[in-house]
Amino acid sequence: METKLPPASTPTSPSSPGLSPVPPPDKVDGFSRRSLRRARPRRSHSSSQFRYQSNQQELTPLPLLKDVPASELHELLSRKLAQCGVMFDFLDCVADLKGKEVKRAALNELVECVGSTRGVLIEPVYPDIIRMISVNIFRTLPPSENPEFDPEEDEPNLEPSWPHLQLVYEFFLRFLESPDFQPSVAKRYVDQKFVLMLLELFDSEDPREREYLKTILHRVYGKFLGLRAYIRKQCSHIFLRFIYELEHFNGVAELLEILGSIINGFALPLKTEHKQFLVRVLIPLHSVKSLSVFHAQLAYCVVQFLEKDATLTEHVIRGLLKYWPKTCTQKEVMFLGEMEEILDVIEPSQFVKIQEPLFKQVARCVSSPHFQVAERALYFWNNEYILSLIEDNCHTVLPAVFGTLYQVSKEHWNQTIVSLIYNVLKTFMEMNGKLFDELTASYKLEKQQEQQKARERQELWQGLEELRLRRLQGTQGAKEAPLQRLPPPVATSGGQS
Amino acid sequence: MAGAAGPGTGPVAAGGDGDDSLYPIAVLIDELRNEDVQLRLNSIKKLSTIALALGVERTRTELLPFLTDTIYDEDEVLLALAEQLGNFTGLVGGPDFAHCLLPPLESLATVEETVVRDKAVESLRQISQEHTPIALEAHFVPLVKRLASGDWFTSRTSACGLFSVCYPRASNAVKAEIRQHFRSLCSDDTPMVRRAAASKLGEFAKVLELDSVKSEIVPLFTNLASDEQDSVRLLAVEACVSIAQLLSQEDLEALVMPTLRQAAEDKSWRVRYMVADKFSELQKAVGPKITLNDLIPAFQNLLKDCEAEVRAAAAHKVKELCENLPPEGRETIIMNQILPFIKELVSDTNQHVKSALASVIMGLSTILGKENTIEHLLPLFLAQLKDECPEVRLNIISNLDCVNEVIGIRQLSQSLLPAIVELAEDAKWRVRLAIIEYMPLLAGQLGVQFFDEKLNSLCMAWLVDHVYAIREAATNNLMKLVKKFGTEWAQNTIVPKVLVMASDPNYLHRMTTLFCINALSEACGQEITTKQMLPIVLKMAGDQVANVRFNVAKSLQKIGPILDTDALQEEVKPILQKLGQDEDVDVKYFAQEALSAVAQRLRKLDFPAKDSEEPSAPGADKNHFLRPRGPGEDTGKFVPLMSRHTQSERLGWFPRRQ
Repeated sequence: METKLPPASTPTSPSSPGLSPVPPPDKVDGFSRRSLRRARPRRSHSSSQFRYQSNQQELTPLPLLKDVPASELHELLSRKLAQCGVMFDFLDCVADLKGKEVKRAALNELVECVGSTRGVLIEPVYPDIIRMISVNIFRTLPPSENPEFDPEEDEPNLEPSWPHLQLVYEFFLRFLESPDFQPSVAKRYVDQKFVLMLLELFDSEDPREREYLKTILHRVYGKFLGLRAYIRKQCSHIFLRFIYELEHFNGVAELLEILGSIINGFALPLKTEHKQFLVRVLIPLHSVKSLSVFHAQLAYCVVQFLEKDATLTEHVIRGLLKYWPKTCTQKEVMFLGEMEEILDVIEPSQFVKIQEPLFKQVARCVSSPHFQVAERALYFWNNEYILSLIEDNCHTVLPAVFGTLYQVSKEHWNQTIVSLIYNVLKTFMEMNGKLFDELTASYKLEKQQEQQKARERQELWQGLEELRLRRLQGTQGAKEAPLQRLPPPVATSGGQS
Repeated sequence: MAGAAGPGTGPVAAGGDGDDSLYPIAVLIDELRNEDVQLRLNSIKKLSTIALALGVERTRTELLPFLTDTIYDEDEVLLALAEQLGNFTGLVGGPDFAHCLLPPLESLATVEETVVRDKAVESLRQISQEHTPIALEAHFVPLVKRLASGDWFTSRTSACGLFSVCYPRASNAVKAEIRQHFRSLCSDDTPMVRRAAASKLGEFAKVLELDSVKSEIVPLFTNLASDEQDSVRLLAVEACVSIAQLLSQEDLEALVMPTLRQAAEDKSWRVRYMVADKFSELQKAVGPKITLNDLIPAFQNLLKDCEAEVRAAAAHKVKELCENLPPEGRETIIMNQILPFIKELVSDTNQHVKSALASVIMGLSTILGKENTIEHLLPLFLAQLKDECPEVRLNIISNLDCVNEVIGIRQLSQSLLPAIVELAEDAKWRVRLAIIEYMPLLAGQLGVQFFDEKLNSLCMAWLVDHVYAIREAATNNLMKLVKKFGTEWAQNTIVPKVLVMASDPNYLHRMTTLFCINALSEACGQEITTKQMLPIVLKMAGDQVANVRFNVAKSLQKIGPILDTDALQEEVKPILQKLGQDEDVDVKYFAQEALSAVAQRLRKLDFPAKDSEEPSAPGADKNHFLRPRGPGEDTGKFVPLMSRHTQSERLGWFPRRQ
């Protein structure tokens, strides 16, 4: 690195002061700094759900549910449900305040009623309930105000109709959890299409909404056995689209959380479908840019799988190595963390299968100029279980990492890293002094061999390049033609014979 | 590359006997397998060289099988491989053997990573053209079928892109099978595949017989357009453009329009956005009659859509829509059916909508003519010039030329000026930069007097902006203005102000003087340069900041060609020689650069026989370079420093030292 800049605070005196026509500048950059940042005006938030609701009737409060005799209860209930199916514009916060209040009160009452009163949920109310829920929650989510919305940096856009929506979700949840709830009746209304729309809502930017959706989907998965396979399949479609097409979906962490508990309940031996989900969906999810948002949940899912079936370890580790981040150090640290979680549960027989490629990667991380990456990798040696695995296989692991550790211990800029490496090397020395000495002795030789190989490679390619030119001229003469259309079979086979 | 007929020719060329034994396949494969990804990638990128070394036969029998078998690699390597194989036909022995390339590409078309798959499909499409019809049916079509019925979605997605290239050259029986496969992909279980099929629907329709389009493509289109996922539905809108072009008006009305109407009112804003975005294409595809009956009302709805995204997309299309209306009755339609909605958009709540409109609205004036423009459009322009959002104002200003042709810019000048002034002082430097770029245009249209009165001070203020990019743009702007208004104007209005800055306490401002001189000297001519600018530059050679001093050297080199011999000999040379002894290496370097340029210039002036700008003969030119340049001067020594110099030049404002 060029370090020509003198310290900025001490101006050096010019060599020929007599010539200087101007006084020395008083500041490094003599410009006044205007305040450049103005608060970004927030765009008014819109929601697509109100476009077909222009001229609606006025709501009038109905009698309270608890005030009517049992014989009229269900009739009133379905009228209340119909009332709650009327939508209001929350963008205009003063519009139709009375109607909003009527609906809010009705929703509150419904929540109360379905949660505490037994015998309310009879078969005829199911369609009304599901209709009311569908009308309220299913809507096309509005375009994001910020096209580059970063869930870690930016404030999410909150759903303006939340005062009603929350009550609807609460009602839905209590409905599902009610002891009277009969999945066999509800499954006629809570069908595949319903679930699909429910899953699409997970893209909502509002974390409160996603939290409700998570709990609800979990209950749905638990109660509707016939929908389970469908839910899993649609989740994997959402993930695949997220990985390979859009790189944008707000509810990945929530869906993974549900999947974590689903995986937990898988029966053994695992079905091929589940293994495929691990290898073709969960592992590629690691390649997504916004990994940090859902990494904890993802790592949990992966470890769950490995605890179920240890033979998947090799697939998983090789997959992670394939998607190992090349430029993003933040992700690299996450990968190292997940790898340690995996190693914590790994069986020694599986460790043997992946130790070499794994520790070559760990060695590359140790040599990372980003000290957090190097440090995270070196922490592996603080883990007793990993250390015991290394010790049992030191004849493979040591040669895989030794060269890098040795070199980095001499070159790394960060003193903490250097001292951590010394500790690791010391452990190795104690572990197997003889092997350590051999490796130290052969280190120089290997370096030379590497250089030799590089030279040979260069010669090989040079030779190939010359050969290519000769072939081109031999077969083409002075004719001009694109390189790759070249050698007509006759001429070249003549050269070969 | 092919023209490299230099060394290496001669007797060796034909006798390539020993070559093959030199490069056993194992060595090459070792290279392709190297542990280091970068080296592996390099090898793959030179795959054609390897193939050439092996010859066509061994490429077919040894290299390709190896590539097919070891397809598991980093995606980056696979991408390079997929790309290479698309151009490999010649290397495996020409079109007769093109089918040898299919197995590795087939595997690549099934990998997970989209980029790799897409590239493999692209290469397959390329290679399909090189197949003979027989080979196509024997090898290529079976591959498409295999992909179309693969179990993982990736292969089925890839298949979607291959139907249209093999269909036209297949026999009738095979054609029916191909259509069948496409149909089943359109109703595939996974949305990814349906999306891929929907995006290729238009392309496939174009190669089908008209009957099949009506009997098969239209039902597929209708289905996809009512898919449960909006991401599929919106792709059907794209296909609609291609399909509409193929059908007669009656068929269109009966088969396509119901679906299109539905799409324009879809409950998902993404689909409506797509309709707005593709509006001009749709308009052309369905023809004028349906446009008037169906599309105009749909367009009105899109202009007042509840989502700003949709309104903005529609606003972008206003001008094209109007242009493409049939000339007869166009004015009435625009005035009655479009303009009222535009008026609403001018005061939209969303700045993106307003800005989209502002970028096209000026184009309407040519369509509507002078009177309508003055009566109806001018108030809108004026309103937008006063908009709170700078982007809107900027978009209006950047399109002033359209209006200028119709009504002249004077009509606007009253409102224009405050808008320009405000943009010129905007807090965002990109906005300031944008307005600077329009200055020469505005100056031309508003005339010199208006400019001197109102805009000149702005142009000078930009020279001391605190962002370098603005100062740089301001410098270039001055040069363009001088070209427009002439040297006399420059001498009276610009030059004095620029030169005053030479004694500014801020060294960055002093450097700006130099940059301005660099830019202006040529446009101003010899007299002004010698009499007014040169003395200032020379004086600045004594500046205490090294950055200023080496910029003096650079300026002297730059203006050298404009000066005469006397000035060069008597004034410039001594100063440069002095700077050549400077204690700062950079100053020294640039002084010596300038000195040698000046010396060359002087030599040319000394020999009027060779007064042409170019050196008369290459040999003579070489001699100039060989001549000793001065004590201790050695170009070689300075070469390694070049990169640093270019860097310090780029960071011209950065105080290298004080």
